[in-house]
Amino acid sequence: MIAIKDLHKSYTMGSNSLHVLKGINFSVEEGELVSIMGSSGSGKSTLLNILGMLDEADSGTYTLDGTPIKNLNEKIAARYRNKFLGFIFQSFNLINYKSALDNVGMPLYYQGMKRAERTDKAMAYLEKVGLANWAHHMPNELSGGQKQRVAIARALASDPKVLLADEPTGALDTKTSYEVMELIQGINDEGKTILVVTHEDDIAHMTKRIVNLKDGLIIDDTKINQVRAASHV
Amino acid sequence: MFSLERWQEIFETIRKNKLRTFLTGLSVASGIFILVILLALGQGMQNGIAKEFERDATNRISVYTGVTSVGYKGLNPGRFIEMTNADYNYLIEKYEDNLEFKSAVYRIWSGILTYGKESGSYRVEGVYPDYQFLENESLVSGRYINYSDQEDKTKVVVIGNKVKQDLFGDTDALGKLVQVNGINFYVVGVYSDPGGEREETRVFVPISTSQRVFGGADKVRNLGFTLKPKANFEATLAQSINFSNEIEAFLKERHLVAPDDTSAININNTLEDAKRFYDLIGMIKLFFWIVGIFTIIAGVVGVSNIMLIIVKERTKEIGIRKALGAEPWSIVSMILHESIFVTAIAGFSGLLFSMGLLELIGPNLQMDYIRNPTVNFNVAITTVFILVLAGALAGFVPAWRAARIKPIAALREE
Repeated sequence: MIAIKDLHKSYTMGSNSLHVLKGINFSVEEGELVSIMGSSGSGKSTLLNILGMLDEADSGTYTLDGTPIKNLNEKIAARYRNKFLGFIFQSFNLINYKSALDNVGMPLYYQGMKRAERTDKAMAYLEKVGLANWAHHMPNELSGGQKQRVAIARALASDPKVLLADEPTGALDTKTSYEVMELIQGINDEGKTILVVTHEDDIAHMTKRIVNLKDGLIIDDTKINQVRAASHV
Repeated sequence: MFSLERWQEIFETIRKNKLRTFLTGLSVASGIFILVILLALGQGMQNGIAKEFERDATNRISVYTGVTSVGYKGLNPGRFIEMTNADYNYLIEKYEDNLEFKSAVYRIWSGILTYGKESGSYRVEGVYPDYQFLENESLVSGRYINYSDQEDKTKVVVIGNKVKQDLFGDTDALGKLVQVNGINFYVVGVYSDPGGEREETRVFVPISTSQRVFGGADKVRNLGFTLKPKANFEATLAQSINFSNEIEAFLKERHLVAPDDTSAININNTLEDAKRFYDLIGMIKLFFWIVGIFTIIAGVVGVSNIMLIIVKERTKEIGIRKALGAEPWSIVSMILHESIFVTAIAGFSGLLFSMGLLELIGPNLQMDYIRNPTVNFNVAITTVFILVLAGALAGFVPAWRAARIKPIAALREE
């Protein structure tokens, strides 16, 4: 599903150049649930942003579902993001003046779907994350866990190939974190490929494979026995 | 542009951001409002001044005499100068080709008009038939004094509308006999004057009759002329000033008045006054335009400012939208669409509101020199379009820049 070869990325900050990714080789099969771990500054978020086409690599190749991702202009990147990827952010990033339902419908709006159809589909995904009753609430009327569920529903709405989650539980308490992870595991069980960036061990162990990053290089990549989040709840 | 989905999206954004929308709208609406009111005031002043000049023909040159103030050729100051028929006849002969309308006036200051039981004191003036046009009068009924009245020295009188109301009320005045200082005159006409009631309290008789009946001999109290217009205003004005100077010089020489005497021979050139006033009005209108344009510029700056803030405020939202698959152009057009919609609605409401106010207050405005302030609708609507366009242009730059921001940078923004 995802194939990355010799990926480099550096940032220039004033006169200093910061080499963040120093040659990453990495691939993910369809249906995998992978966590990317590493201390802060290890380059894990940068990697995720490049995978998410939110940022561009300096060199190296990146293939997503057989499509080479290179020389993207903004327009094509936007189309690919909409088609291939669903994002889940630490800070939820819901549009605060839109109801939960409308937030979930956003990716569908950019697919050019009609309003009625969009609403039906968004409602189905809200049901899936157990928030059908909250459909018409504004984000500020929802708890953190609920917001993240809305964000997950939104990420799923466009039926993407890959879900990218950047510290999805970073802003949540342990109990809520496990609930969110349970939801993510459930989605993975249905066959969706998911990448989770985290620095929490317990969250990482709820995935099926842990990739450890340090100073811009992968130092460890192991498949593990998944801990079901449900057993903690 | 006309996609229903886009409109729904925009209406939703507007509904959820009422204050922002209101403030944007307010700066646009008030800009248009102020401009329209200013332009209307300028027009109102022009109308008002034009009205003041409507009392008499705008190119009228009046000559009247007074008392000499300096001695000349052994004559003492304090002499009263009186013009005669000969002066008038000489002038109309000499300037025959240039004159449009001309009349000498023999005036009796206190004329008592009596009809039946009604009577009143009015200004009685003996005039030539042309005087109607010099005074810019129009006939309500009957006729004006004509040349055969003049030749025959008939005792006929043309009375003002106000005089007719005073003496005859609602009954017909034509053909009735009125006494002017005890002498019977036939009423042959009733006139109205755009100068209003004050100008309609006068009565006119043939000058030959008045000179004979009221003991004027060949005396003339004043003269009135208009000149045939030239091809353009400047030439007309130059001719008019030239003519004034020539008759002044002629009369001074003939009546032995010192060339530097300013009180014995008085010439009032309406055209010269009019030019001065119209120049002033031109300046005032220009000033209003400048103020208006600066108001619009201020409005544009206001709109741009708000657009800048809106885009800044929405940076994160833009990042989210881009992460969800929004193309840059869809971001730009979303912001522009919203801003054009808001400024257009606000601009037109400002326009409607100010036009409404003018409709309501304009005709009832009772002020000297301001009359029926109106604004050219095309000018106003063009201004609205300019403002909307400027707002859109001003919004375009920040919107474009925001759409270029990498989504990751936008999302980091808190």
